[in-house]
Amino acid sequence: MSSVNDWAGPNPVKDNRSGLIGKGVDRYEGPLKVTGTAPYAYEVQPPSPPAYGVMVGATVATGRITGVDIAEAEAAPGVLLVWTHRNVPAQPAKGTRKHPRSTAGSKPALESDRVAYFGQPVALVVADTLENATAAARLVRLTYDAASPDVDFAARKAGAGQPPGEEDVEIGNFGEGFAASAVQLDETWTTPIQNHCQMEPCASLAWWEGDRCIAHTSIQMVKPAQHGLAETLGIDRDDVRLMTRYIGGGFGGKGQTYDDLTLAALAARALGRPVKVAFTRQQMMHGTIHRPATVQRVRLGADRDGRLNAFSLMTWTHCHRDGAFTEHASNFARTLYAAPNRLTGHRLVKLDLPGAGPMRAPGEASGTLSLECAMDELAERLGLDPVELRIRNEPPVDPENGRPFSQRQLVRCLKEGAQLFGWDRRLPTPGQVRDGRWLVGYGMAAAIRGNFLLPAKCSFSVDDDGVITVRQGMTDIGTGTYTVLAQIAAETLGVPLGQVRVEIGDSELPPAPGSGGQFGAATAGSAALMAGMNLRKAIAELATGDAESPLHGGDPAKIVFQDGVVGIENRSETLAGLIRRAAPGGLTVEGEIRPASDMREWSQQTYGAHFCEVGVDPVTGEVRVRRMLGVFAAGRIINAKTARSQLTGGMIWGAASALTEGNPVDPRYGSLLGQDLAQYLVPVQADIGEVEAIMLDEVDDKANPMGIKGVGELGNSGSGAAVANAIYNACGVRVREYPITPDKLLAGLIARGL
Amino acid sequence: MRTTITVNGEARALDIDPRTTLLDALREHLKLTGAKKGCDHGQCGACTVLVNGTRINACLSLAVMHDGDEVTTIEGLGTPEKLHPMQQAFLSEDAYQCGYCTPGQICSAVGMLAEVEAGLPSHATADVAQPAAVDGAEIRERMSGNICRCSAYPQIVAAIEAVAGGKA
Repeated sequence: MSSVNDWAGPNPVKDNRSGLIGKGVDRYEGPLKVTGTAPYAYEVQPPSPPAYGVMVGATVATGRITGVDIAEAEAAPGVLLVWTHRNVPAQPAKGTRKHPRSTAGSKPALESDRVAYFGQPVALVVADTLENATAAARLVRLTYDAASPDVDFAARKAGAGQPPGEEDVEIGNFGEGFAASAVQLDETWTTPIQNHCQMEPCASLAWWEGDRCIAHTSIQMVKPAQHGLAETLGIDRDDVRLMTRYIGGGFGGKGQTYDDLTLAALAARALGRPVKVAFTRQQMMHGTIHRPATVQRVRLGADRDGRLNAFSLMTWTHCHRDGAFTEHASNFARTLYAAPNRLTGHRLVKLDLPGAGPMRAPGEASGTLSLECAMDELAERLGLDPVELRIRNEPPVDPENGRPFSQRQLVRCLKEGAQLFGWDRRLPTPGQVRDGRWLVGYGMAAAIRGNFLLPAKCSFSVDDDGVITVRQGMTDIGTGTYTVLAQIAAETLGVPLGQVRVEIGDSELPPAPGSGGQFGAATAGSAALMAGMNLRKAIAELATGDAESPLHGGDPAKIVFQDGVVGIENRSETLAGLIRRAAPGGLTVEGEIRPASDMREWSQQTYGAHFCEVGVDPVTGEVRVRRMLGVFAAGRIINAKTARSQLTGGMIWGAASALTEGNPVDPRYGSLLGQDLAQYLVPVQADIGEVEAIMLDEVDDKANPMGIKGVGELGNSGSGAAVANAIYNACGVRVREYPITPDKLLAGLIARGL
Repeated sequence: MRTTITVNGEARALDIDPRTTLLDALREHLKLTGAKKGCDHGQCGACTVLVNGTRINACLSLAVMHDGDEVTTIEGLGTPEKLHPMQQAFLSEDAYQCGYCTPGQICSAVGMLAEVEAGLPSHATADVAQPAAVDGAEIRERMSGNICRCSAYPQIVAAIEAVAGGKA
């Protein structure tokens, strides 16, 4: 059985002899990205000219397709095929797993006459050009027997039930504890549906080489995409090669494949030529998953000193009628603050909306928008500083399971952040600070996000030139995977960064779970470290066992790898020279990481503290984020530059959750009102002021052999609450219905006579 | 329709569907996939290219409207071996993550600095009679047509400031 103790010994990442670990080196693939020469899925050049597929979305949310008229579309110029459920090639029923170990089942496209959500792909047109396919797609005539969509979350909330297999978690007696508390707070927040809006809409390109399908797509997880496509096509998994070298943003929304992949592969097989299919921006809003709306009731009971006696966060949310996804907005709260009496849980209702699913920091991103504002409100009722309130409720061990924390530097994040930000200048009474027409306020919130390690493999090769090649079926969605793998390889084998190649995003490579849940760097990187250690061992044995090596007869354990040279004390030779002579053609080894069986004996999270300054225009209700500061503790940082970018990006996501992002439902059609980037408002430059992220020194030796954790989602946890709290401090208006748009603020401003 | 567009200094003769946008002509016909399709509606800026030195959204313009025009795409600014100063600044400041909006951001930044140099004011310019400074407020205002969902906004401002500062 493995144990975290196995990770305690020295390793090259911990030793960091050349200082590459932690260094903010430029992105490995950066020169390609800044010159537009990194090919994303739709841009890969296939072996022969591709045909272009355009999908048609359902114009009703629920019902049956009763009439299909594709004659005009089929007759249109350049059209190669038109498919609906009536003539699409047969595919195994949804969820079929021919291979028992497939990580995803069949996901048939255009499966039946049933419409399950607005915008569901219901037809495909393939033509010789994109223009012809787009024009012909408009000629597909479908009629529906539409049922009235059941999409009113607020109305259906009362009937929501426990998510499958879940129960509320109560510690102590919440009801009694709350009733007995001297100071009580009982408020409800709502968060809306949000869309990922990755800059690259989902896209796929496929062609066939004999019985083998070659597919390029934009996906966060390689293996499930490969397996799911093979199951859908009814072929062996080895007969699908799936590649995803560059990915234009994921954020959880590309954790699963969509019909673009299935349809590109099916059409390429039918036509005997490459086919590419992309979602339009409009199709992305309905045709891919979204973060579901929540209603969150927070109850806090404290004594007059601000110590929580009772705490509860209950979340109501929704998912698709055929789904089971739950936005676990209450989970993080089980670990955050001490309180003897605790109640948390979720209620789920199934609706005829498109699929709900994970979006950056699922759970925390939504949940901190309520709890971290509730803490701000409680602090005000107690006359306490919000930073001090959090420090007073710092638990010594995990408050629900009693486990020790592997590392918890929340208090340090709070204190150092407060000092760096100038929090002591905050006036606790709202509406006291003016700067020209702006009312100015400060807000803060805590950040927390879980830490995970998943099984992964990786291979390392060294060639005759001493070049190290890292190969892994991992992805880089902008997170920095290429770069951190290169750093780990260079540090482990003692070669310059320029002597490392990284190949990822290919189902032929050793499997890794992909990008999600901020587990990527820790998981993929730990497997890389293992592969690197195995390659060091192989090289050491090669050198000491080779009669022609100056290292011959030496102790393999004493070999030092540095500057492309292997040496023992004063004997050395170049890595390239050794390989050329003793192992021409090179060496390749694999490494593997698995979670330690005792990892969960520690409570493991990443932490942070957000501080924010906003301006509120009391006449228009307009809010400007003037500056944001986040201080984070997330284990050892591999790359200070890319980690900072992840954190500041997440912080801006939180600000957008507070201020602009939300997609209202049109109950008439069961659709979302925001159908493009003009209606669904993601932040632009003018919305965001100065943003800084600081990372504290930390090594978490219970997390993985490198002591690193993830940062991709942490920045997005709590930052929206800091903005909301700053708005209150600026103008004295609490809006608990996100996003805090000018119309909602204005009502409060007018009521306050501002 | 026959159209000749000078792309990155090279005259490219096209026989092209009049419905083809400049963006699709570049990406699908000339295999210059640096300009990206993020929305196809002029809302995101990922397709930004320079036409006769001025930045435009290539998705909102038909290829046949550009007969005789000089188009510069991201590929024409520099190569991985020989980066344009703005490309180098984006690399050094980590002004991108997924990279999909990046070519548009860089073309937009180059076009934007030329606009400032030409004396064009913006909403953020305090005195429109005076040359605008290239400071954070001006950059944020003038670059708000280019969405970066990874939200590398602070790093993008730093990259543009670095280039503008180097010029001064």
